[in-house]
Amino acid sequence: MMADPAIKLNQVSFFYDNHPILSDVSMKVEERDFLAIIGPNGSGKTTLLKIILGLLNPSQGDVKVFGKTTAEAAGTIGYVPQDTGFNKDFPISVQDVTLMGRLGRSGRGRRYTSEDRELSRKALEKAGMWEYRNRPIGRLSSGQRQRVLIARALSSEPKILLMDEPTASVDAQFQTHLYDLLKELNATITIVVVSHDISVLSGYINSVACLNRTLFYHDAGEITDEMLHSAYQCPVDLIAHGGVPHRVLRRHDHEDH
Amino acid sequence: MIEVFQSEFMRNALLAGLLTSVACGIIGTLVVVNRIVFISGGIAHAAYGGIGLAFFLNIPPLAGAAGFALIIAMIMSGVTLNNKQRADTVVGVLWAVGMAMGIILIDLTSGYSVDLMSYLFGSILAVPRSDLLMMVLVDIGVLVVVAAFYNGFLAMSYDEEFAKVMGVRVGVLYSILLGMIALSVIMLIRIVGLILVIALLTIPPFIAEKFCRSLKAMMVVSVLLNCIFSLVGLWFSYTLNLTSGATIIMVAAAFFFASVLFEQTRKRLICF
Repeated sequence: MMADPAIKLNQVSFFYDNHPILSDVSMKVEERDFLAIIGPNGSGKTTLLKIILGLLNPSQGDVKVFGKTTAEAAGTIGYVPQDTGFNKDFPISVQDVTLMGRLGRSGRGRRYTSEDRELSRKALEKAGMWEYRNRPIGRLSSGQRQRVLIARALSSEPKILLMDEPTASVDAQFQTHLYDLLKELNATITIVVVSHDISVLSGYINSVACLNRTLFYHDAGEITDEMLHSAYQCPVDLIAHGGVPHRVLRRHDHEDH
Repeated sequence: MIEVFQSEFMRNALLAGLLTSVACGIIGTLVVVNRIVFISGGIAHAAYGGIGLAFFLNIPPLAGAAGFALIIAMIMSGVTLNNKQRADTVVGVLWAVGMAMGIILIDLTSGYSVDLMSYLFGSILAVPRSDLLMMVLVDIGVLVVVAAFYNGFLAMSYDEEFAKVMGVRVGVLYSILLGMIALSVIMLIRIVGLILVIALLTIPPFIAEKFCRSLKAMMVVSVLLNCIFSLVGLWFSYTLNLTSGATIIMVAAAFFFASVLFEQTRKRLICF
C-alpha cells in the first residue's frame, strides 16, 4: 500500500469577493520532498500556503495532509510566516516566542514541560539565537527576528515545514547556513518554501512549482524557461537579471524569444 | 488617609476599587495587546441597552446589563471572527443601537426617573454588598480562566495565525475573552461609569507595556496600577468633594502622561 503523500491538493480554487485568487490547483507533495513554490507578486503563493495550513478554507476542492484534513493535522506542520515586523512592541522574550512551537504537542492548557524547554533550546541553538533567549523580541533586528520565527517552527518537531520567503531579511551568511540546515532536516521531514529567490534555492530543492493563479509546472528540481514563461509574463527579463542560474535550466531547444 | 475609609460606604468603595482592579488589569492587558479597545468600548456602551431593559422588566440593572453585554459580546465575536474588514462598522452600529435602545426603554418605563448619571459616570460611593460579591466571583472566574489558558491567550495575542496552525482553538479563546471583557466592563460601570470604562481598562496596560518584558508582568503591573488609581482617586474625590469616577480617571491620566514623559526623557538620555 502506498503511503499518503505529505500534502495533496485536489482541484483547489479560492475566491476572494468573487475574484479568483487560485483556480484549479492540484498537486501532490511526497514525504521528504523539498519543494519550492515560485511565482510573481499576487500569484497566490501565500494564499496557497494558508490553504495548506488550514488558515483559509478553499472555495472548491480539498486539501489533505498525510491523508487527514487540515484541522486533524494541526500541529504537524511547522510554519514560518513572512516577517512583516508585526507586533514589535509585544512584551515577549525570544524564548517565549520559540516555546509557542510546542503548543501543538502540549495542548492548550498544559504548562510547558522541561522537554518542551529542551526542544525550544535546541531549536534556538540551531538558529543561532540561544544567546538572545531573554531578549525582548522587539529589540532584535529583522534578520534576527526571522531566525527566531524559524526556531519557533523547528521546536514543534514538524513533519512538514512551510516557509514563506524565509530568507527575505537574513544576511547571506545565515542564508547559506539556513539552507544547509534545511538540507539536513530534509532527511526526515518534508519542506515547502515559497520564495522568489530561486538562485539560492536551486542547489537544494528537488521540485519546483510555478504558480500564477493556477499551477503551471510541478516536477523535478529543474526550472525550464517554458515554466517561467507561463508563470511570469516576461521570462527573458527574469533570466537576464540572473534570477535563475543557468545550470538548473533545461537546454534551450528554441532560441526564438 | 486612614480615617477616610472608616465609614462603611467608603470601605465598600475602596473594596470595590481594589476588586475591580484585579479583573480589569488582567483583561485590560489582553484588550490592549489584542488591539480590541474599540470592541471593548462597543460592549461597554451597548451594555446600556441592558440597563434599560432591566428597568423595563423590573430586574436588577447590573444583572440585566451583564446578560445583555454577554449577548452583545458573542455577536461581536462572531462578526469579528468571520469578517475582520467590516467588523469595526458593525461594532460601531451595535455601540449606538445599544445605547439608543437603553434610553428608549427607560422612557417607556412608567413612573420611574432613573438616575442615568450613575450608570454613565459611575457611583462607587453607593456600591452595595451584593455587588462586591459579584466582583469577587468575576475576579475568581477571570483568574482561573486566564491561568488555565495562559499559553493559548499569549499565542493568540502575539500571532493568531501561528496559534491556529499549532491547533490552538483561537475562535473559542477569542469568544471567552470577549465574554470576560463584558463582565469586567459591567463591574467597571459601578466604579467609573460606562463612558469612562475604556480609560480604566486601557491606561494601566499602556503604561505597563513600556516597562514589562512579559505578558504576565504586564498583567500584574496593570492590576497594581489600577489599585493605585482607585485608591488615590477615591481619596482626592473625598477630600476635594469631586465625582469619584472622573477623579479616578484623572489620576490615571496623570500617571499616563508622567509615564510618557519619563519614557521620552529616558530615550533621550540613552541617545546622548
